[in-house]
Amino acid sequence: MELLQRFATGDPDAFEALFRQHQKAVYAWIVRIVRDAGIAEDLTVETFWRIYKARARFDPTGNFQGWARRIATNAALDHLRSSRRETELPEDLAGPAQPDSVVRGETREQLQRAFHQLPAKYRLVATLALIEDESYDKIAEATGISSAVVKIRVFRAVRMLRKTLQSLGVQMGAAK
Amino acid sequence: MTDQNEKELKELLKQSIAPFTNTDLRRDLWPQMLQRLSHQPIRVPWFDWALAAILAALLLLFPGTIPALLYHL
Repeated sequence: MELLQRFATGDPDAFEALFRQHQKAVYAWIVRIVRDAGIAEDLTVETFWRIYKARARFDPTGNFQGWARRIATNAALDHLRSSRRETELPEDLAGPAQPDSVVRGETREQLQRAFHQLPAKYRLVATLALIEDESYDKIAEATGISSAVVKIRVFRAVRMLRKTLQSLGVQMGAAK
Repeated sequence: MTDQNEKELKELLKQSIAPFTNTDLRRDLWPQMLQRLSHQPIRVPWFDWALAAILAALLLLFPGTIPALLYHL
């Protein structure tokens, strides 16, 4: 019997083999969304826990990686929803400093804060589309929505960010 | 709002929030997974709870059935 079939029937060895094959890819996807290594590790385990629980619903002829990515995206989205309630900005949200940055420090901080305040579903697509440069199609596949809806969410996220920045007195053209 | 607006904001965002480059997993997570699997909570289906509640209610309403029930166990 093939690995995916064995997994779907509840074989623990097959689950371990799939875990070892896919943990790096799942982690790499999640960490780009949540931008924190420790949280991404926990969410990777959470993702595989959800995968394990849903094994009976998995179609062994289907694409395991795509299925796992969608579950990982949902786990990351749940985290963004819960973390949004906290007002503290993660220390490493910004990632490594940009040596050639032309954005003033104050503006950068305001933009980071405005981005962190986006509703989770907008923050998710905005992170993947605007920062991580993922295609709308790939985001759509991972989130289980159409590419058109992804585009609309990115559009709305941009509009919300612009409004927040304007309310803080930051003019887009003058930000540079 | 145009694509130009999106591009402009995207540039600003990228300067403020850099793409996450360090995506390598630092350690094997299988031990954590095993721990999670071994601590899975025992879940009782709602139907079993309903059955237990009905039985308890019947025994409370008709205590005379308790000896009969015990006799048959």
